[in-house]
Amino acid sequence: MRRALLAVVVTVLGLVLLLSFKPHEVSPAALRPAATSGTDQAVDAQRAQGSVTGASVDTRWGPVQVAITVSGGRISAVDVIQAPDGNHRDIEINQRALPILIQETLDAQSAQIDMVSGATYTSEGYLGSLQSAIDQAGL
Amino acid sequence: MRHAEPVMGTVFSFDVRHGEQARPAVASAVALLHRIDAVFSTYRPDSAISRLDRGEITLRDCPPEVTEVLDLCARVESATDGYFSVVPSHHLDPSALVKGWAVDRACDLLRNAGCVRHCVNGGGDVRLGEPPEPGRPWRIGIAHPLRRGELLCVVEGTELAVATSGTAERGDHILDPHTGLPARGLAAITLLGADLTTVDAYATAAFAMGAGAHAWAERTGGIEALAVTDTGTTWRTSGFAHHLR
Repeated sequence: MRRALLAVVVTVLGLVLLLSFKPHEVSPAALRPAATSGTDQAVDAQRAQGSVTGASVDTRWGPVQVAITVSGGRISAVDVIQAPDGNHRDIEINQRALPILIQETLDAQSAQIDMVSGATYTSEGYLGSLQSAIDQAGL
Repeated sequence: MRHAEPVMGTVFSFDVRHGEQARPAVASAVALLHRIDAVFSTYRPDSAISRLDRGEITLRDCPPEVTEVLDLCARVESATDGYFSVVPSHHLDPSALVKGWAVDRACDLLRNAGCVRHCVNGGGDVRLGEPPEPGRPWRIGIAHPLRRGELLCVVEGTELAVATSGTAERGDHILDPHTGLPARGLAAITLLGADLTTVDAYATAAFAMGAGAHAWAERTGGIEALAVTDTGTTWRTSGFAHHLR
């Protein structure tokens, strides 16, 4: 078990693939064909710049929404615009969880997991919004 | 292609390795999830389940899948010594089975559409189809219930269902149907098996069993289990190691 104890947060959740696979909301003209990868899905990420706001995703405890900053075709920052804050427990969870989720999103660009089992509602909302932002950014 | 869809009070995500051709099949699967939610949601007063619970309609008035799901619930209840209940808080609520069942139906739809290389995640419970690419299985991280930011392990597989039940970040939320009190003893339990309908519902039941889950999982055919107890120790069934990366 020890060797498998990877320092990756719940929401790595396939971010690798989110980040390395062909986006689906981007027009083909925005994409360049893969130069090195052998898979038909791999393409160079669009050299997008700037900030993109993801969709607001409703979770059981309230909406979660993030924005990403893109630089050189990679996510350079994640900002949480909305997260459940209806009570002390929400605030406590978010103060603890969100900084980790953000760091791990940045780190996950080099991780190797397809999905995660045991994710939690807030982080699912985070992921949903993040996915939406990534789609829009064409990463 | 990937898609994340907020539905059933959580997020379902799809990872389907058939390029853009998969888009119509994924759209159909998403529409199916919303239809299932409209029938089974306990949060919607107009759902068949809510109306059935209030006695406004009978089972015969419901769509046929309601009977199918309630039969499946009865089967799981019996296989888990009553630790799974379709009336967990005195109201009809098959949600603990419906989410996994919905993922299985979405996977069936993708498979029938020719999209066999898929992975569908319904709020942290995952069903894997054929391999994402030749020569490598899907890799599923199992979130550590007590140490945020860490994975307990990574499970590898194809044609496999992976479900985790736990208290996670929201505290106790699974009741022991025998006592009506929050289940004690485990921080989380992950079950592996062939279909997510069974595995997800079994995971909820096994969590409610607490200390009894280990012996139950060991003697129950077709599943493997890995658990973290509330004191932080772990155990796993004898065949679980075959699925570890």
